Amino acid sequence: MIEPSAGPAGAVLSSAAPPGAPGADLIARLVRLAPREGPVTVLKRSAGTGSAPGSSPVEPADRVVPPRPGTADAATDPQRAGGGVVVVRVGDVVLKAHPEGTSEDDLRARLDVAGRLPGLMLAPLGMERLDARLVTIWPAGEPLTPADLEAGDDDAPWEEGARLLARLHALPAPPELPPAGGTARLTRAVAALDGLPGVPPAIRAAYGTLPWSSLAAGRREPRPTATRSALVHGDWHLGQLVRIGGAWTLIDPDDLGWGDPAWDLARPAAWFASGLLATSAWDRFLGAYLAAGGVAVGPDDPWRELDPPARALTVQLAATAVATARRAGRPLDGTARALVSSCERILASARA
Amino acid sequence: MQCPKCRGNMRTFDRNGIHIEQCDNCRGIFLDYGELETLTRLESQWAQQHYAPPPPPAHGAPAWGAPHGGHHGHHHRHERSWVGMLFSS
Repeated sequence: MIEPSAGPAGAVLSSAAPPGAPGADLIARLVRLAPREGPVTVLKRSAGTGSAPGSSPVEPADRVVPPRPGTADAATDPQRAGGGVVVVRVGDVVLKAHPEGTSEDDLRARLDVAGRLPGLMLAPLGMERLDARLVTIWPAGEPLTPADLEAGDDDAPWEEGARLLARLHALPAPPELPPAGGTARLTRAVAALDGLPGVPPAIRAAYGTLPWSSLAAGRREPRPTATRSALVHGDWHLGQLVRIGGAWTLIDPDDLGWGDPAWDLARPAAWFASGLLATSAWDRFLGAYLAAGGVAVGPDDPWRELDPPARALTVQLAATAVATARRAGRPLDGTARALVSSCERILASARA
Repeated sequence: MQCPKCRGNMRTFDRNGIHIEQCDNCRGIFLDYGELETLTRLESQWAQQHYAPPPPPAHGAPAWGAPHGGHHGHHHRHERSWVGMLFSS
């Protein structure tokens, strides 16, 4: 996930981004935005070349569609609106170039909230603009990486992640905050299947059974009136944990917002339900969340609240896994097949 | 003692409290009364220790979940794509 760094700023871009390669200019300009010089590492480049293992799936440039001004797509789906995320570390800061079309008001509201949650979410150092892109600047932490899980997924700090989410969900969502980005990610993942060959029909069929598929027409979700609205991370996975001064903290408020907090547990729930995540790891995660007083699910029957968003995340993960394999011209691997099987069972249970 | 089948010489073994005679010639085994039951009981104890079903998930599982409540996919866990998925949006 992290490419080896070498040397001072400006001297090391050759391995990560050859001069003239897509994004090389952006990376050089990001490096110049850093408040201090230091070793440069490209942490993520989701558009263009050279996506490292473990980073987000590559969004090839030819699939990026321009924003349609005034539509909900442009407002809620910045990922589709142009230019993927680029993250560069320079010394002890990290600079993140957000996708073109990201709403400045929404991002600013999210950064403000993150800045007010010390010990819970990483606070930004600032925001800049590079042409059409917003750039946020962060203190560099020590991320959890796939290399930390060589012995298996039981080695991850599941309890720590769960306790951070429980604390987040206990907070009220400020009124100026946009909705959490979870449902938009679902819609986007399914839409990204369009035009790809060999997509198992169960994915779109299972999507059609979800209540959120009717929101895909492009309107924003109506704000729920009462209980099912909390402060939600919106895109939680193990890559959203970094250690700062020895303590784990949440990063990346890009999808932070109000919503159903069960969505933050839904990705691990989908992994578990698809037989990918060990029962022991899932029990530790959910057990720690409940023990910390997490409000997203009831302790008597957590699946009452978990079931709908876990179905949604299963469809989203299956769609993303299939799209990644098909774009690369690869057959579906065991992970993708397990998720597609889950979509088939979701479909069967919805028809039952 | 002579083997009742081939008249070969039978040798006596004692293993884990079970007394058996085996023929040196045809390898046939002669069990005393009750020893077949003892062997069967020991075998089922061993199988329970080694193939015990894993404990069920502490907090239940959805109706559409993979069989065995998450134990189905152990073989996927060393796939690079699975570890990558733990870290990606």
